[in-house]
Amino acid sequence: MSFFFEVLVAGLLSGVMYALVALGFVLIFKASGVFNFAQGAMVFFAAATYAGLQQEHHLAAWIALPLALAAMVVLGLAIERVVLRPLVNQPQITLFMATIGLAFFIEGMSQMFWGSTPRGLSVGVEDQPFQWLSDRYNVNVSQFDVFAAVISGILVVLLALFFQRTRIGRALRAVADDHQAALSVGIPLQYIWAIVWAVAGFVALVAGLLWGARNGVGFSLTFTALKALPVLILGGFESIPGAIVGGLIIGASEKIAEVYLGPHVGGGIEGWFAYVIALAFLLVRPEGLFGERHIDRV
Amino acid sequence: MGERRIGDVVLALEHVSLAFGGVKALTDISFDVREHEVRAIIGPNGAGKSSMLNVINGVYRPQQGTITFRGEPRRGMDPHAAAAMGIARTFQNIALFRGMTVLDNVMTGRNLKIRTSFLEHAIWWGRARREELDNRRKVEEVIDFLEIQHIRKTPVGRLPYGLQKRVELARALAAEPELLLLDEPMAGMNVEEKQDMCRFVLDVNEQYGTTIVLIEHDMGVVMDISDRVVVLDYGRKIGDGTPGDVRGNQAVIDAYLGVAH
Amino acid sequence: MLYREAGQFKTTYAADQQIFPIRQDRIAVLALVFVAFAVVPWVANQYWLSAILIPVLIFSLAALGLNILTGYAGQLSLGTAAFMAVGAFAAYNLDLRVHGLPLPLVLVLAGVFAAAVGAVFGLPSLRIKGFYLAVATLAAQFFIVWALVKFPWFSNDSSSGVITTQKMRLFGKVLDTPAQKYLFTLTVVALLALAAKNMMRSPTGRAFMAVRDMDVAAAVIGIPLMRTKLLAFAISSFYCGVAGALYAYAYLGTVEPEGFTLDLSFRILFMVIIGGMGSILGSFLGAAFIVLVPIGLNVSTQWLNGVLQSGLQWSLPGSLTSNLELMVFGGLIIFFLIVEPHGLARLWQVGKEKLRLWPFPH
Repeated sequence: MSFFFEVLVAGLLSGVMYALVALGFVLIFKASGVFNFAQGAMVFFAAATYAGLQQEHHLAAWIALPLALAAMVVLGLAIERVVLRPLVNQPQITLFMATIGLAFFIEGMSQMFWGSTPRGLSVGVEDQPFQWLSDRYNVNVSQFDVFAAVISGILVVLLALFFQRTRIGRALRAVADDHQAALSVGIPLQYIWAIVWAVAGFVALVAGLLWGARNGVGFSLTFTALKALPVLILGGFESIPGAIVGGLIIGASEKIAEVYLGPHVGGGIEGWFAYVIALAFLLVRPEGLFGERHIDRV
Repeated sequence: MGERRIGDVVLALEHVSLAFGGVKALTDISFDVREHEVRAIIGPNGAGKSSMLNVINGVYRPQQGTITFRGEPRRGMDPHAAAAMGIARTFQNIALFRGMTVLDNVMTGRNLKIRTSFLEHAIWWGRARREELDNRRKVEEVIDFLEIQHIRKTPVGRLPYGLQKRVELARALAAEPELLLLDEPMAGMNVEEKQDMCRFVLDVNEQYGTTIVLIEHDMGVVMDISDRVVVLDYGRKIGDGTPGDVRGNQAVIDAYLGVAH
Repeated sequence: MLYREAGQFKTTYAADQQIFPIRQDRIAVLALVFVAFAVVPWVANQYWLSAILIPVLIFSLAALGLNILTGYAGQLSLGTAAFMAVGAFAAYNLDLRVHGLPLPLVLVLAGVFAAAVGAVFGLPSLRIKGFYLAVATLAAQFFIVWALVKFPWFSNDSSSGVITTQKMRLFGKVLDTPAQKYLFTLTVVALLALAAKNMMRSPTGRAFMAVRDMDVAAAVIGIPLMRTKLLAFAISSFYCGVAGALYAYAYLGTVEPEGFTLDLSFRILFMVIIGGMGSILGSFLGAAFIVLVPIGLNVSTQWLNGVLQSGLQWSLPGSLTSNLELMVFGGLIIFFLIVEPHGLARLWQVGKEKLRLWPFPH
């Protein structure tokens, strides 16, 4: 039983990490209707920039962090200006394909700047189990996973407050509901989008640091996006709570399947199992857990 | 005038109610359509006119009531079954296939007449080719009839609004329907275009004997071309009869002019 | 003045419905086919045949398959490479386990296998649209590659699923020179391209485009959405499957499941976007473009390196080309989506329109 519990907790905690990446998608989708496939590439770029500044240029963390953040904000603003503004009012699927191109571009750019060799990254918390939990209850829970979950939790609360309490947040929700209407009551659309992309850059940086600290900073960080997609399908593209709950469900069921089902089919199922869950779910409820049902008008 | 004789009831709706969540679009509506007639549905904006057409050809499924087409009662239609039974329609906000030419759009109307498979299409010899040419001839008749020969090869996205409406009618006619549903076929047209469209609608009705149900806002047009009129307001039927009957109906006048409740 | 259709009147609908209604186009296409079949194999050297022409043809076929699904039927798929893998491994197993099966039949059956798998993974398209569907097709991408690695039967028990294809035999003759492989590939691709063109100008293609442009209206005129979408998935996967089999047999010779990556799927999607969505010609242009750009980049960075080394004793980093390639591809996709969403095929058409008016532009 304690083993199952351990697996479950590990799954839930890694689910939080998925949710963190999914959050970046939701943010941009809510505000501009863009499904930003390049989110994974942004995570990679963020982590590579931070690690590169630290290790190539020997900067202290407290200098490297704001610099990396600045780089992400600039990147976000540039994407909005150069890629998305010219594509306003295009079909969603066109925007999606554009962000696939964007992902390629950012990946190439990251490696051009910071090289292709993977680096290690430390955020000061080790991936070690809590000693006292192991001793007393014989349950291994990683300190790093808990740390990551706490950071993610704080980020979610901050974003929720940002959306609910600030002027910009309210404008954002108005834009999400109806671009035209928001524009007609004088909300500066492009300014709002620029802010959203900058915030998405910030979320990517946080995700990049946590994921980079756990798995190393390398090209494989871009695959975090692929982990987040089933979470989005499950949680709905427009819901922050959906991203969290979806992340937890995917994380937990994936880990459990990996441990209990994996050995029977030769392992390695984590690459696709989340997708199968998401798909099965989609067939029952196409708008996701927290998504809104749209009625086609003709 | 051809020999257009109004026949028996072909389509009947009985006690149909439709709601979206808590919003009632249609409440307990009953009416019928007779063979070869031109039946108009009128009412203010949001009265549920388009929802009515959507129920008839199965885009929406009503929560209550039955729809009887050609003597066969059903709880609800589905779009494919409706098309297969000979119901064609046009839409309020033109629903053409924007990436295709006028000719291809009208050709899609022949879809249900296709008997050859995709494999025969791939080889494009014999039966598939003959069938395509037969369909092309039929489609060209419709194109001649609606006088859109000159724009055959034009992508529909480039056409002005009035012509798009006409192409949509052509696509519906290409299916050789028994019942034609027209959702505001003259909306947004100038007087001249309206006159043309009226003529086409009447010609279709007379030459092919097609039964027509149409939604229209222009009262002049409705009174001129329809045999009977149904009036809706807030999803309820408030009037039904010949144009003359409806014109004198107090409830109808109130709905249109507004009345202090 | 040479390129005009003036004076060419169509007196029958059959004449009006030809693939190339303008006489000059017909002559040009016949000339091109003649050159491709009768001149190229004698003139082109081994490098051109094996490293450029054969892959361009094979990728054209895969892009054609994806174009049928995405460009014509409007259903985005990110699992193209996986359907190619199904074709490659199906062909390998058919050849291995059914003795004396002629090569053309192997290819057809491999395509049929891929079509069946494609239709299964197309099932979600009945409920979901747009990028939800795109994400669902990722499941195909990951699951198929995983299954091909995990179940050694597919690769006849080789380690990590690597297969080395059998010799290509046609009517008892082994095709082993690049020219022979090229001719065989060209024949297959030409026939399938013709079949695709035929389908796309027929009721099948119109039904696809109708579903793409407005599915509600398509259903109302009696186009069965479910059957049409699944058919699009099946036909598309058939083309990808045959392309995958040729990829293994005529191009690489040795393939492994892990070679059919998501990255390959993306590249084929790029061919479709850059070449032109909903265009048969575009699939060929896009494939040629995506195959040639890295070669061009490689050549130019090597040249630049040579100049830098001799002049400044300084050389470019080795990974520059591959990173530059990523950036160029990504940048081009964005560029095309913004500037010319109909891709090279539209540019080609615009060029022809200009030529039609030349030399009197008004």
